[in-house]
Amino acid sequence: MALYRNGSFVADDPWRILGADEALPAEGPVALPKARFIAERDGLAGRNAPLGVVIEAGEGLDGLEDDIDRLSLVVLTFPKYTDGRNYSTARILRERFGYRGELRATGNVLRDQLRFMLRCGFDALEITHEGTIAALSDGRINLVSLHYQPASRDEAAPPVAGGHPWRRSSAGRL
Amino acid sequence: MYRYDEFDRQFVAERVEEFRDQVARRLSGELTEDEFKPLRLMNGVYLQLHAYMLRIAIPYGTLNSRKLRRLAHIARRYDRGFGHFTTRQNLQFNWIKLEEVPEILKELAEVEMHAIQTSGNCIRNVSADHFAGAAADEIADPRVYAEILRQWSSLHPEFTFLPRKFKIAVVAAEADRAAIQVHDIGLQVKRNEAGETGFAVWVGGGLGRTPMIGRKVRDFLPEAELLSYCEAILRVYNMHGRRDNKYKARLKILVHETGVDEIARDIETEYEDIRARGALTMPQEEIARIRAYFAPPAFAELSARSSAFEAAKADSRSFARFVERNVAPHRVPGYGIVTISLKAIGAPPGDATAEQMELIADLAERYSFDEVRVSHEQNLVLPHVRLDDIPAVHAALAEADLATPNAGLVTDIIACPGLDYCALANARSIPVAQRIAERFADIERQKQIGDLKIKISGCINACGHHHVGHIGILGVDRKGEEFYQITLGGSGDETCSIGEIVGKGFSSEEVVGAVETIVETYLRLREGPQETFLAAFRRLGETPFREALYADA
Repeated sequence: MALYRNGSFVADDPWRILGADEALPAEGPVALPKARFIAERDGLAGRNAPLGVVIEAGEGLDGLEDDIDRLSLVVLTFPKYTDGRNYSTARILRERFGYRGELRATGNVLRDQLRFMLRCGFDALEITHEGTIAALSDGRINLVSLHYQPASRDEAAPPVAGGHPWRRSSAGRL
Repeated sequence: MYRYDEFDRQFVAERVEEFRDQVARRLSGELTEDEFKPLRLMNGVYLQLHAYMLRIAIPYGTLNSRKLRRLAHIARRYDRGFGHFTTRQNLQFNWIKLEEVPEILKELAEVEMHAIQTSGNCIRNVSADHFAGAAADEIADPRVYAEILRQWSSLHPEFTFLPRKFKIAVVAAEADRAAIQVHDIGLQVKRNEAGETGFAVWVGGGLGRTPMIGRKVRDFLPEAELLSYCEAILRVYNMHGRRDNKYKARLKILVHETGVDEIARDIETEYEDIRARGALTMPQEEIARIRAYFAPPAFAELSARSSAFEAAKADSRSFARFVERNVAPHRVPGYGIVTISLKAIGAPPGDATAEQMELIADLAERYSFDEVRVSHEQNLVLPHVRLDDIPAVHAALAEADLATPNAGLVTDIIACPGLDYCALANARSIPVAQRIAERFADIERQKQIGDLKIKISGCINACGHHHVGHIGILGVDRKGEEFYQITLGGSGDETCSIGEIVGKGFSSEEVVGAVETIVETYLRLREGPQETFLAAFRRLGETPFREALYADA
């Protein structure tokens, strides 16, 4: 497993991603499954450490609307790379709720979809696929760098030269 | 016609290289077939019964001579010298080698073409009225909006892994020549009382296993908010469409199971949010920029009556027949819209040889302002031909077996590739179409029968649109034998209806006779030649047809 965040691999991940039954550590940043987070939200309120939540594909944001401002990490899962639901969740978080914390993709995160993820507002990718880790390390990711539609990453960016309002470019970055 | 600028060219070139990399990883074994499948489908590559199939996008069915000649070249060099035009106004090559696909894509890119999103669970090639820009009854050119949608939907980062495929069609006339009500999104360009342009919007239409007619969710969407609204529809679908069963994953099922009122509310909520942020609101200058690409060609000022045309009709019975069925009124006096039937009697529907494509390219260049259209009925169209020139066009077409005067008649049959090519099919389609056409080959008999659309699918995925055929034929497998189920009364136009199954299926030997029985029943019961098959069926219901079909049973 490797964590790619804001353009490079990072060695340390301060976050503890807890399961439904794992004991809550006394301190340090923790991320909880959505249902558990909602169930324990009152107890978490007094905690003096960053909070995160893990949202499975299909769970959506319902019930979390009032918590988003105090989240520092949202983990969205991709059980299969063909399950595109959390691309929408990511954009809603970024664009509608103005979420500015870490947005992390996990699960079936593969080289051919990385730019779609980043454009939808993910800034961290948890990657287990060895080929993807190697290709990313070696700079062998070959993806279209021009875009016909604004998305979270560049929603408000000025369009590329020529002035067409929806054109964007990822040239020079993944 | 839309022309690429540097941005568009680079976009397509990068997509070719991206796919070349994916193919290389498949060929080296780094990608398994399961991993590769969704990637290749995104670029129109299917693994069929005998070979790979490549489906090339023809946005809203518009071609010019250069593109058509390149398709002919690809047919000759990489396939077996012919191609197959599809009901999505695309072109399929059925005998492709995977390792050659990147080179084919490169050759396509040189003429501003691609295969992006011609398959896969994404927004497919946007289709439009094949008479756009020429039809006497349109209020705008729908291709302007189809092109805007094409660009917006190309490699959309949020909507590339939808529950299932997603189809959009646009018309700009009351007559629906693009079957918009059987699309995931159907758009009709219209004007409101203030004279402003906008869209009526239908959602959740579709054929396949569970055919459904789209539900209207907007009477009038302002023109500037087309993308905001479509993004809202797609988002609701992406988040909530079923993913547990691929046969229940289309938008139509979500609309049906959730209820159109609730879906419409969900769409409006998303839409309000997207519109409020304004990122997709279309500035007038941008619409005008795209519209300029579809500016009418330099039509001459002509008399509405052409003496050369009238003389040719009087002289030649075959020309008169051709005009009667294959020439439609043009909005500019002195011009006509010429339909080139790809349904010669006995030929596979929708197929064209490289030589035929080249001839049509020549004719388009010389006589039709360099434009060719592909219709969803699997024919080609020369949209802007001077009436004076139609005799010469007809003569040239006749030489190449392209002048069959059967547009809209009983032998103008839509058929999917069927079991001759398709890995999904249960039964053959093309031979049934050929045999029906041969049975009704007599043109005088066809004319007597009048407007009649037969549509044939080789399996319940319904690529041949049988549900909206006046007579629909569905191939099924019954204990290893091909059987054909008949539906009656379907229609894909503005009076959209889904055909009703008339009774038990027919064997391959029986099916042509069954069609003939239906036709004879219609001829016997119609109120006169002015009452079309569809009108008669709607008046009579299925009973007399069922009785005639199963009289001996």
